[in-house]
Amino acid sequence: MKVLAAMSGGVDSAVAAARAAEAGHDVTGIHLALSRNPKSYRTGARGCCTIEDSNDARRAADVIGIPFYVWDLSDRFHEDVVEDFLSEYAGGRTPNPCLRCNEKIKFAAVLERGLALGFDAVVTGHYAQLRTGADGLIEMHRAVDAGKDQSYVLGVLTQDQLAHSLFPLGDTAKPEIRAEAERRGLQVADKPDSHDICFISDGDTGGWLGEKLGESAPNTSGPIVDSESGEVLGEHEGSWRFTVGQRKGLRIGTPAADGKPRFVLDIEPVSGTVTVGPREALAVTGLTCIRPLWCGTAPDAPLECTVQLRAHGEEHRAVVVPSTDGFDVTLRDAASGIAPGQACVIYDGTRVVGSGTIAATER
Amino acid sequence: MTVYLDHAATTPILPEAAAAMTAQLGSVGNANSLHASGRAARRVVEESRETVARALGCRPGEVVFTSGGTEADNLALKGLYWSRRASDPARVRILSSAVEHHAVLDPLHWLAEEEDAQVELIGVDAVGRLDLDALRASIEADPGSVALVSVMWANNEVGTVQPIAEVVALAHEHGIPVHTDAVQAVGQVPVDFAASGVDAMTVTGHKIGGPYGIGALLVRREVQLTALLHGGGQERDVRSGTIDAPAIAGFAAACELAVKHQPALADGLARLRDRLEAGVLARVPEAISNGDPDAGAEHRLPGNAHLTFPGCEGDSLLMLLDARGIECSTGSACNAGVPQASHVLLAMGYDDEQARGSLRFSLGHTSTEADVDALLEAIGPVVERARAAGQTSRAGKEPV
Repeated sequence: MKVLAAMSGGVDSAVAAARAAEAGHDVTGIHLALSRNPKSYRTGARGCCTIEDSNDARRAADVIGIPFYVWDLSDRFHEDVVEDFLSEYAGGRTPNPCLRCNEKIKFAAVLERGLALGFDAVVTGHYAQLRTGADGLIEMHRAVDAGKDQSYVLGVLTQDQLAHSLFPLGDTAKPEIRAEAERRGLQVADKPDSHDICFISDGDTGGWLGEKLGESAPNTSGPIVDSESGEVLGEHEGSWRFTVGQRKGLRIGTPAADGKPRFVLDIEPVSGTVTVGPREALAVTGLTCIRPLWCGTAPDAPLECTVQLRAHGEEHRAVVVPSTDGFDVTLRDAASGIAPGQACVIYDGTRVVGSGTIAATER
Repeated sequence: MTVYLDHAATTPILPEAAAAMTAQLGSVGNANSLHASGRAARRVVEESRETVARALGCRPGEVVFTSGGTEADNLALKGLYWSRRASDPARVRILSSAVEHHAVLDPLHWLAEEEDAQVELIGVDAVGRLDLDALRASIEADPGSVALVSVMWANNEVGTVQPIAEVVALAHEHGIPVHTDAVQAVGQVPVDFAASGVDAMTVTGHKIGGPYGIGALLVRREVQLTALLHGGGQERDVRSGTIDAPAIAGFAAACELAVKHQPALADGLARLRDRLEAGVLARVPEAISNGDPDAGAEHRLPGNAHLTFPGCEGDSLLMLLDARGIECSTGSACNAGVPQASHVLLAMGYDDEQARGSLRFSLGHTSTEADVDALLEAIGPVVERARAAGQTSRAGKEPV
């Protein structure tokens, strides 16, 4: 096949491209320029999209012996990922921009352009496994390395997208990938993994949001209210600085009556009210999800399954019931610290069934 | 087989230049040493300087060897600005064109940011030629405050030759020195330093069949320059650094041949270029040819063809041609490998999308009919494919 390898400059995508080339595919490496001003994005090894990352990707392509180009997708990334991230936070929700990027950029804009240019598939360094099911559809399963499994952030991919994707790392543990990179002579073998959000250079999400939201911020201050007493415990500097389940950084002067820590329970973006309370009050027993995306066939009856509610989060046993604009989830194992905006990814064993965006939680 | 249609980026070294360079690589001798080996190296350098001077119409003492075009441009702009401002603090304006190479634009931005220069980039018309009336108005607004004028001899993207004689006449009326970046012009059109009247001119080796990493700033004896690189003062005290005798020997050999063969080469290139352009337009009727349609030496570089393919991304075209062994350029400035719309085309009045959908094919001394044939065979299907991809990447928002 003619295959496009999306190369971030990290070790995983480099090995994925090398494996695809070794498997006999005609591989072309591309690095996605996602920042409008690459110098303003983070430097060093923590993130992606820096000039250094682009050079690392280029050197990996040289070593593998494949052509390499930089594709400028900064406008699409800004519109589809960064602006969405801002408006979600402004609305009191907690989005995951990596899912959004996979859904709109890597497996949409890049794949569309690649297919039009005569390529058959996109290969990435994501840790997930693809196989063909009995019904002929492509199934996505969790990676062998549970600690690195990225099927959660790929839960937004549809059958069409999966049919044009290759994830060659899903059957291997991360330490082996590093060793393999070393064996292949790839300089990025010991490059640290990326963390956090690639477009926030210093990792200070609250500060970045405050700066970017500026006048469009729904509030720049508001009360922090105790859920049990109704007492105003303090003031904050913008509700977007909080996420449901957050414990640190609340800066509340008065301790709770029982001396136990308090957590963010609710964010009301218009009034700016942030409600805090005890850990028990975080327990969520049900979810309403919208924007459903199915990897294969959409379920038409209640489904006994498990759900994962955040990247690298635990699995919860659940029943998913399709609704008119999405699905409702009854959690058999209560979840804690679940915020609207997060993705709910549905699993049947190791297989990803689909995903939705959490619109509301039930406690 | 590689079909190389990117001679404006760099052109293959001439065998004579490679021979002249390698002949020196085996010899020891710092051209500034006083012993026999040093004198031998010095002799090579000075003979080379005389060769360059003869080829380009200046005196040997007016050749300042540099590490290439970028350094020569920096030396001319910063050196002239600092020295002119030092002799009269009122001289803070620098007038240039909107279509200069980044080796000129970036030093100008730096001077504006760090050295309080007032940079005015004069606009161009639809074929990329400088607006002389605007230049005149800008000079005459306050001639005493102009430190220098810098206008390229020929544009690297669309090949438009600038009216250097007129620029010089306008500037010299007020005693303002003129620099020109002639990196693309030498070997393609007649270039004579003294006859042109310019005060400083940038040339470089690797665009004329010489080695990389060597070039020169030709600068009139009476023009004062402030140095950029301080050290041994080897080159007329305005450029320090151990003299690179092998590179200089290669550069001089290339210079001599490029100028000697220029008329014949230009005829051949213009014919090939016209065939390339007509052939592409016949196969892709909606393509648009950019730059000056007049092919005369005062209008257009003979080896330059520049075309816009509506609905296509230049990147996609380049990649598809590259996969078929055909090498060209999007003619755009590359910032860390991130393609950006060409500032030259934007200055010529193109919109962002047109600018991003353009390719530069540049011919040189090794170009053949077969190169053009190969492009003409590939261009139809490549454009068709790129157009499909261009539309999806622009308009498509839905997953496949």
